[in-house]
Amino acid sequence: MIHCYQFNEHNIVLDVNSGAVHLVSGVAYDILNFIHASGVFPPPGETPGTTPGGDLAPEGPLAIALCAALAEKHPAGVLTEALAEIRALAEAGMLFTDDSQVTPDMLEGRGAVIKAMCLHVAHDCNMACRYCFGDTGAFSGPRGLLSRETGKKAFDFLIRQSGARRNLEIDFFGGEPLMNFGVVKELVAYGREQEKRAGKNIRFTLTTNGLLLDEEKEAFINRHMDNVILSLDGRPEVNDAMRKTVGGQSAYARTAGNLRRFQQSRQGTYYVRGTFTKYNLDFSEDVRHLAEMGFPGVSVEPVVADKTRDFALREEDVPRILEEYDKLAQLYLEYAERGQTFAFFHFNMDLSQGPCVVKRVSGCGAGTEYVAVSPEGDIYPCHQFVGEPDFKLGNVNDEGFHNALYERFNAAHIYNKPACAGCWAKFYCSGGCHANAWHENEDLLKPYALGCALEKKRVECAIGIAAHLAPPRLP
Amino acid sequence: MKHIKTIVKPVLKIVAGKGCGECQTSCQSACKTSCTVANQECENIKRR
Repeated sequence: MIHCYQFNEHNIVLDVNSGAVHLVSGVAYDILNFIHASGVFPPPGETPGTTPGGDLAPEGPLAIALCAALAEKHPAGVLTEALAEIRALAEAGMLFTDDSQVTPDMLEGRGAVIKAMCLHVAHDCNMACRYCFGDTGAFSGPRGLLSRETGKKAFDFLIRQSGARRNLEIDFFGGEPLMNFGVVKELVAYGREQEKRAGKNIRFTLTTNGLLLDEEKEAFINRHMDNVILSLDGRPEVNDAMRKTVGGQSAYARTAGNLRRFQQSRQGTYYVRGTFTKYNLDFSEDVRHLAEMGFPGVSVEPVVADKTRDFALREEDVPRILEEYDKLAQLYLEYAERGQTFAFFHFNMDLSQGPCVVKRVSGCGAGTEYVAVSPEGDIYPCHQFVGEPDFKLGNVNDEGFHNALYERFNAAHIYNKPACAGCWAKFYCSGGCHANAWHENEDLLKPYALGCALEKKRVECAIGIAAHLAPPRLP
Repeated sequence: MKHIKTIVKPVLKIVAGKGCGECQTSCQSACKTSCTVANQECENIKRR
């Protein structure tokens, strides 16, 4: 399977199963589009091992058909020349490849090991953002804070379940985790003790709205957090339309002030993360705002909300959003060409390597290697399932833990999702977000279609940016 | 080649068993509401 598209002046061809990316001339682009449209090469998995070289033989029926179809647009000699190059790449395993490298073991034989935890240290929040998927911090349950005892049991649980994995991750999440910062500090100290004892390396992350940041907390965060996610949506009026304090007050000035101070002291990775809704479909301006504030890492994400909400994204918004991603890609290039590169999370792809194919086919890990834990110690497949009784996997206080939903989540990979079979982007999104699939379709195997449309565009932009910045260019 | 310039090699054909599993979980990075796995770093590459 191949995917052909244009980005700026570039003709880009992605060989889906190998991950190879080619920049091609107009002639080669027309030929490859013709071959793709002819359906000669069916989706992977149906004909493993297909070797297309023979089908592209100069005297073969496909070559004759495409030369006839493109004769008016391109001279015969040039068509033959480009076709020969395409054939050479196909024979070298860089075009029209199959997916025979993906084995059943990669998909479902990785073993039930938990290595990452989203630890809800506070089911309460000092903000009441309109779009909050966590019910303004309560996650459809009682408001409350994680106790140190339950937190320690959550750490013990993670270490116990992590098997031979060395690198473990704990994200202090909420609600607002800074409302329970004393416990965060105690748990970090506990984690440092336990990782030595168990031969592990725990990486801590904190996700915060930043309202309660102060210099003392920042010093601790800088010392112990491998990554920090700070929430701010962008322009003041955009931010304040959705993100208000519990008392309904504007939060922009205070948040932005704290984030700027944090920015000065931070040594290490951090992202400023915003959300866009139907009310700011011009969200590239919010990314610009955050980039102009000097934040080196920015992530602005589509809102996750029930379609009945006034700010929810709908199918009719998709064309506008795709245009906006194009604008954002141009903004990104503008900054890069000025030497002021910032990282936009979804454009941040290392195309020369990136994650291995096993990671790409196994997905986000929710419900298998990644779990969320509530302040009561209840375990869920991920933070977006917290508070849903049907998805409760157990409690950190349970003596024995058996993940009753393991098989279900483990099997929710791209090879079991009909919508992913023929999708060119499957090795980039890995089948999409389980929670989005469930909340939209009540089916883990049916991806959230709107999310797929946006993800495909983001991947096109990410590859396009890499292509644009890859010298030298074709004439 | 005159018509084709390869900017990314076939990286998905490099297979190392079941993978080491040591890399970051995507929702622990900067996301939490959507899924892009391909922008995560390979832990083995990072360590080199």
